[in-house]
Amino acid sequence: MTTGIYLDNNATTMVAPEVVEEMLPFFSEQFGNPSSLHQFGNKVGRRLKKARKQIQVLLGAEHDSEIIFTSCGTESDSTAILSALKAQPDRRTIITTIVEHPAVLSLCEYLEKDDYIVHYLKVDKKGRLDMQEYISLLSDEVAIVSIMWANNESGTLFPIEEMAELSRSAGVIFHTDAVQAVGKLPMNLKENSVDMLSLSGHKLHAPKGIGVLYLRRGVRFRPLLRGGHQERGRRAGTENSASIVALGKACEMAQENMWHEKSEVKAMRDRLEHGIIEAVSHCFVTGDPNNRLPNTCNIAFEYIEGEAILLLLNKLGIAASSGSACTSGSLEPSHVMRAMDIPFTAAHGSVRFSFSRYNTMEEVEKVIRAVPPIVAQLRKLSPYWDGNGPVEDSEKVFSPNYA
Amino acid sequence: MWDYSETVQEHFFNPRNAGAVENANATGDVGSLSCGDALRLTLKIDKKNEVIIRAGFQTFGCGSAIASSSALTEIIKGMTIDNALKVSNQDIADYLDGLPPEKMHCSVMGREALHAAIANYRGEVWQDDHEEGALVCKCFAIDEVLIEETIRENALKTVEDVSNFTKAGGGCSSCHEGIENILARVMAENGEKFDPNAVAGEIVKPTSGLTNIQRMKRIDALIDEIRPNLQRDHGDVELLEVDGKNIYVKMTGACSGCHMATTTLGGIQQHLAEGLGEFIQVLPAEALVQRTSSGAQ
Repeated sequence: MTTGIYLDNNATTMVAPEVVEEMLPFFSEQFGNPSSLHQFGNKVGRRLKKARKQIQVLLGAEHDSEIIFTSCGTESDSTAILSALKAQPDRRTIITTIVEHPAVLSLCEYLEKDDYIVHYLKVDKKGRLDMQEYISLLSDEVAIVSIMWANNESGTLFPIEEMAELSRSAGVIFHTDAVQAVGKLPMNLKENSVDMLSLSGHKLHAPKGIGVLYLRRGVRFRPLLRGGHQERGRRAGTENSASIVALGKACEMAQENMWHEKSEVKAMRDRLEHGIIEAVSHCFVTGDPNNRLPNTCNIAFEYIEGEAILLLLNKLGIAASSGSACTSGSLEPSHVMRAMDIPFTAAHGSVRFSFSRYNTMEEVEKVIRAVPPIVAQLRKLSPYWDGNGPVEDSEKVFSPNYA
Repeated sequence: MWDYSETVQEHFFNPRNAGAVENANATGDVGSLSCGDALRLTLKIDKKNEVIIRAGFQTFGCGSAIASSSALTEIIKGMTIDNALKVSNQDIADYLDGLPPEKMHCSVMGREALHAAIANYRGEVWQDDHEEGALVCKCFAIDEVLIEETIRENALKTVEDVSNFTKAGGGCSSCHEGIENILARVMAENGEKFDPNAVAGEIVKPTSGLTNIQRMKRIDALIDEIRPNLQRDHGDVELLEVDGKNIYVKMTGACSGCHMATTTLGGIQQHLAEGLGEFIQVLPAEALVQRTSSGAQ
């Protein structure tokens, strides 16, 4: 294991050592094409079947044939949305949210150029949706609703089961991007009304380059990639067998550790959050603290900028991420922070700490000790800060020329 | 994360002249809160000889914004304000051994803070015409606003036009979709429709009218002009052969084998073409070897 404290598990996770061990033979002796009849392929085919079962169990899906392997979460999202449009050419409207991942947002913006209508549901200051607005938009013109289960930046959860139910009553296909939620929250897809769900291997200790689209039996579907008969013709292309086997193992381990997420991981997150809030003035938790992923905490540090915080944390071997414009090279802070109406002076200073079951309480204590001096050091440089607090009437005292 | 030079990191971790200067007689506030970069520069200027005695900065911003502010204060300390006004944003970037293209605006902000502070000292009102858009072309660091304005002013109609006027899109070409979208949007203002098959407008260039010797010397001089840019990245270029419109060069130092070598060649080609006022092609040393071995002339 590498040294350093890794608190950026919503970005990606370490591949579990057991998972690596499980997948290695599929690069060497188990190299066969699972579609082949001979023994080389046949053995691999049987292992893919097992992996499909393991994923089915974690999702609580009714049939293993509802699992379609893809290359990543983004591919699953694109497949789901484009399939719904292709299968129902008369329906040209999409409902999604303003805080989705770019995998959905960029595609929707692109579809708008082809005259599709996209409704972006807004969120309140805690990142919550207005269910009345959602209900009012459901109609027989809507091809698909695509809503994330958990927000990658704030960890805020959306009421997916309720929204899927409403969507089904209105006769609309419901898709959820659940890449942040799978493995962290128990799921039982056979009992709810979700029609399609995206998951991504590398968010739950499997490798990068493997994803799944869950497709409920009976939902009309049009493939994105056509070609061979792999995945029953729903996603052509020779199977990434090593990664599929790895994802199966990772899902099995996630299932076994589900209790750990709710208890131990959540305890570490809560300790970090309380520790920092107690020690640092003028900072606050973003999103909906009472309804979020157990592993995620997003704190906005006012009057300083996130990239600078990350660089100083990184110097101490602590990895986190930020919603500041500078970390992404864009001109605006994160669209999620802006959607929640967080002021610029705080949005740029938002830092996300995201845990996994491989973190320890000892690491948490180290981070709690590291953060306050870093914040103090940067505030000392900030034109909005004076000694022990923000300058009074900061907007009048410092109003730069082209704000 | 960004590929910051050692000097940028050093100035970020140990910023010089942080904090406000006491009894300052010049203050410049610039930046944009929405972009997450804002800077207050305070100066103590000696009224007798107009020399900057002390400079201090307070910055709300990222690593390179803090490093650029620190570098700026180091550069201008001890300068007369007339000399300080000659400091360009490139000087600040050079002082830091370069900035990533997305971060060049941090050095621009430094220069503007300086101009604002000196205007404040002189009792003038500093007006800024600065407007910045999202970065479109990462090879040449060209933003959306510049592309939009150039399209509007020159009635450009193709991606090639845009590359010829702004350089945007002249490198790796991955921003061509973005440029097409900007073209479509700006052309729609006049009720025009973007046509991907349109042919780029002719650029009127003076014919060179040079003798062979003059032309070779001119090529050599033009290469010397851009050499400092390459040397800043620890690379260099050597003129090998001139054969009509084909000019062969050898990339050396860090430029040899750099994955941006093609982009760099493109930049050299553009500079030579502009300087000579004729169409030329800059080719790498390998092409010369091929030409020689195949016996082609």
